[in-house]
Formats: sequence, structure tokens, C-alpha cells
Amino acid sequence: MDTQKFADQIRYYTMRELDNLGFGHFGGSLSIVETLAVLYEKVLNVSPERKDDPDRDYLVLSKGHAGPALYATLFLKGYFDEAFLFSLNQNGTNLPSHPDRIKTPGVDMTTGSLGQGISAATGIAKGNQLLSKENYTFAIVGDGELNEGQCWEAFQFAAHQKLDHLIVLIDDNKKQLDGYTTDICDPFDFVEKMRAFGFSSWRVDGSDVDAIEAAIVQAKQLKGKPTAIVLETVKGQGIPYFETLVDNHHVRPDEAGQKAIKEAIAKLAKKIEVNQG
Amino acid sequence: MKDLEMRQVYTKTILALAEKDQRVVALEADLASSMGTSKLKEQLGKRYINVGIMEAEEMGAAAGLAVTGFIPFIHTFAPFATRRSFDQVFLSLGYAQNHAVIVGTDPGVTAEMNGGTHMPFEDLALMRVIPNNHIYEVSDPYQFKAMLEYAHTAEGLFYIRTIRKQAKPLYNGKEDFSKGYYKLKEGTQGTIFASGIMVEEALQAADDLEKQGISVQVIDLFRIKPMNEDIVIEAAKLGPIVTAENHNVIGGLGSAVAEIVAENHPVKMKRIGIKEQFGQVGKIAFLKEIYRLKAIDISKAMMNLLD
Repeated sequence: MDTQKFADQIRYYTMRELDNLGFGHFGGSLSIVETLAVLYEKVLNVSPERKDDPDRDYLVLSKGHAGPALYATLFLKGYFDEAFLFSLNQNGTNLPSHPDRIKTPGVDMTTGSLGQGISAATGIAKGNQLLSKENYTFAIVGDGELNEGQCWEAFQFAAHQKLDHLIVLIDDNKKQLDGYTTDICDPFDFVEKMRAFGFSSWRVDGSDVDAIEAAIVQAKQLKGKPTAIVLETVKGQGIPYFETLVDNHHVRPDEAGQKAIKEAIAKLAKKIEVNQG
Repeated sequence: MKDLEMRQVYTKTILALAEKDQRVVALEADLASSMGTSKLKEQLGKRYINVGIMEAEEMGAAAGLAVTGFIPFIHTFAPFATRRSFDQVFLSLGYAQNHAVIVGTDPGVTAEMNGGTHMPFEDLALMRVIPNNHIYEVSDPYQFKAMLEYAHTAEGLFYIRTIRKQAKPLYNGKEDFSKGYYKLKEGTQGTIFASGIMVEEALQAADDLEKQGISVQVIDLFRIKPMNEDIVIEAAKLGPIVTAENHNVIGGLGSAVAEIVAENHPVKMKRIGIKEQFGQVGKIAFLKEIYRLKAIDISKAMMNLLD
């Protein structure tokens, strides 16, 4: 499938999940949609049939609050059905707001307490390196998440261990819960920082599926050190209402917001030719 | 084995386990020299990982290694293995249901000259609240070896609390440790439950009491969780209970015993341990004196209860 079309589908189902729930982490889920589309359509050697295959690629969603976007992707790839998808955050669900490796098929690591997923990803990459496997470990990390000291512990470990089959995807959507990252705790230049920590690193347009794919292909050519691809994204990416909303981390939409969401969903439905019935 | 320091027991046991099981990996956080695990480095090769001074990463990387099928044995000092990296232990290992074995050394007063910053009286309290994990405080080389071997074969998250140096030998390696306790002395009027370095004090206290015509049993209650409820209830039916631990009286061995006693067979108890105090520098003998962890403190407590 065309990767952008797959991204549109992920965006559609992410919006429907959160609309169905009535609230949630819209902003940070939407900013990684294109990245997830590239990973699951073009990169990861995974499928529901081989979800426990030790030779598969691993994905750790370290910014666990973007779970709804991952769930939409896993649903579209056949890991579970639509009823399962819309059980997000319902009592007794197997689809909690933050990913759970025990509860949800296709989730490789339990995340949500920021900074921990990236550490686990370094452990997974180290494990596969010990086993001389050629599979890759991907970690999607938030820009705000990089406030956490543990991330920088993990990066030191990854570089020292020469984890060249670890690819870190930094979702630089410029905002964290309380506002702009530059206002809360200025991250300065992620690329410079990652290079100083022993990574190959460069900046890519995180709304351009071809650019993301090309960057991952390039990262796989690099040997001897891990790669950090800094994704230039917009919090709320692809949905104008959320892109312009100032407080768009966790949103409980008002009446106008709900109207905008419905309109956005209808527009996406048309785009991906889904009959909303 | 009985002449070995606990750290030597650790190295020897991990080597033996790693030899027959390729899944065994050992992690250190820049305390390999203190733990004497250089042999592990030589013989485990790449399966020996010193992450540097980063305990959060040590726990997180261990979780990732467990996800790929390895069995991580994680060592650092007890305060860093628990207090410092608690959220990582709780979530990435516990909540994520990864099989891992954490060995925390230098518990309580055995931190000696490292003093208050390194002297954990709260590690058991922290670890006990993690659902479904296994916690041991070992008192003897054979027991330590047996618990490491068990932790290797079982599932789930293990925390083993031990001193690094020589422990006074209590066993000969033929004991069955599967019940989580070991009765070291018979008695008829009451029970002293102890773990780790306090077992020695408990035995001394029981001997002192015996000289005064008082008969109490001494039980090495090394499995803090899941605690063997039957032996605690049995003891409560016998008479008063004194617990002795190199740990805060809140949240450790004494608390765990008290919870079982209160819910099943209330009986008078006294908890010997640290009470509302931080650690400090000092030799073990001095610190035992200061914190009232001596045999005399245990025997006095028992006499008061029997009065």
C-alpha cells in the first residue's frame, strides 16, 4: 500500500479511537503517525503470525502516551479486531492508554513512565547483538521525554556497546505537556547532542513518509554506532484543529472541538474511502 | 563453600549457571571491583555487562535483555538496586513481567564506612510492595547459592539481599530451603524470627535465654516474600514472637510477620530493627550497639513479652 495512504488510515483510526473515548493524548499520537506508517508498511519485518518470533524487528514506543496511534497501526495490520481497538481505556481492557507487552498483541515492551522505554530498547538491541542477530530495534522517543535523565544513561550505554542495530526516532514536535519544550527546559539542538553522545544523527521531515523511509534505509547502512533520527514534526500533525490548538497534549474537547474532530474524521474517511456507515 | 565470602559465592554460582545456560547474563553498575566479579568478566565474555554508574539503565537494559530471552543477574549496592532505581524496577521489570534477579549488597549496617548515604534500612519495604515478586535475605553461603539457583529456574522478579563479605556458616548445603524458612533451634515458649546477619544475634539471644531457663525457638526466615504463613501462624500459637532484622521495623521482616499474626492469630510481638533513624558510619559492632540490634536487645524483648 502507498505509505501516505496507510498513514491516513492510521490517523483516521487514531482519531476515531480518541473521539470514541472522548479525551486523550491527541497531539503526541498524531505527530508519530507518518513514522508508524513507514515502520509498519516499509521497514519492520513483523506480522501478527510472527509476533513472538525472536528474529523479528522490535519496536519500543518509549513515549507510551502515543499508544492510541500504535494501536490503530496494529489493528490495521491485523493484530486484533475493531472491537478490541475501540476497547481503549474501557474498564478491564487489554488496550490501556500506555502500551503493555503482556496485554496487547504486537506490543514489544511495556512503557509509559518516560525514559524507561529507551533503556529497555537498548537492552533488546544488546540482547540481539549478543545473539548475533541481524534484526533491528527501533525506539520512538518524545522530545519532552528527553528531559528524563534515564534517556541519556541509555544513550551512553547504546553508544558504548556499539548498538548499530538500534535506531532511535526522536519525535521533535516542539511541545510537551506544559508548553513549548524551549520554554520548559530548552533542549537546544538534538542532533548536536546525539552526535556528542556517540550517535549518527540528522534531522528529517517527520511528516514526509519518503524522507523518513530514506533516513531509516540510510541508518541501516551505518555500522559501529547507533543512529538517532530527529523527526521534525508538529504536535497534532495532520489535523489542523489540533495543530493550532495551544494545549494539545491531552485534550478533552469542548463542543467546538468535538465538531472539529467529527469534521476531521469525515474528511479522513473520504480520503481513505472508508464508509462510516 | 562455607569459607567463601558471599561475593565469591555469587561469582561461583553465576559462573556455574552461565556455563550450562547461555541465557544467563550478569550486569554491574561500576561496582564489579567491590563485588569481585572480575572472573565473571573473563569467563562470561560479552554476557558480562558493566553499564557504568547508571542504575536506571542497568534495570532498563536488563528488562530489554529479558524481553529477548536472557536471564539477567543484576548486581549493585542495595540502596541503588532499590531506592535509586525503584520506578525502573517496579515498571520495566515488575509490571512488565520480566524474569530477572536483582542482588543488592551491603544491606543496613553492613554498609559500615560508606555511612548513611549507602546504608539501606528500607530496601525490603520498597521491594515488598511490588506485586508477585520474590524477596530473600540470605544468611549463609549455601543458602545464597541455593536461592540464586532457584531464582534462575523460577519465573518472575527476584530481589536477594546479602552482605558481600564472610557470613558465619549456619548450614552444610544439605538443607531443604524450599519452605522459605529454616528452624535453627527448637524451643517451647516463644519464637525469634530473624534474617541475614541478625540470625547470629537471634541464636545468641536464645542461648542466653536458655541459661535463664527460657526456651525459645529460632527460625531463619530468609524468604521475606512470599512469606511462609504456616510457620508464622504456628509460632503465634506457641507464644510471643520477636523479630530481628537489619532493616527498618517498618516494611520488612517484622512488618510482614506482624501482618500475618494480626490477621490470623494475634499474639504479643516485638520488632527489633531500626526505628526512625538514618544510617551513619561505623563498624558493624558499633552500629549494632547504636541501633539496638544485639542479642541482648532480642532477649530482653522476649523476656518482657513473657512477663
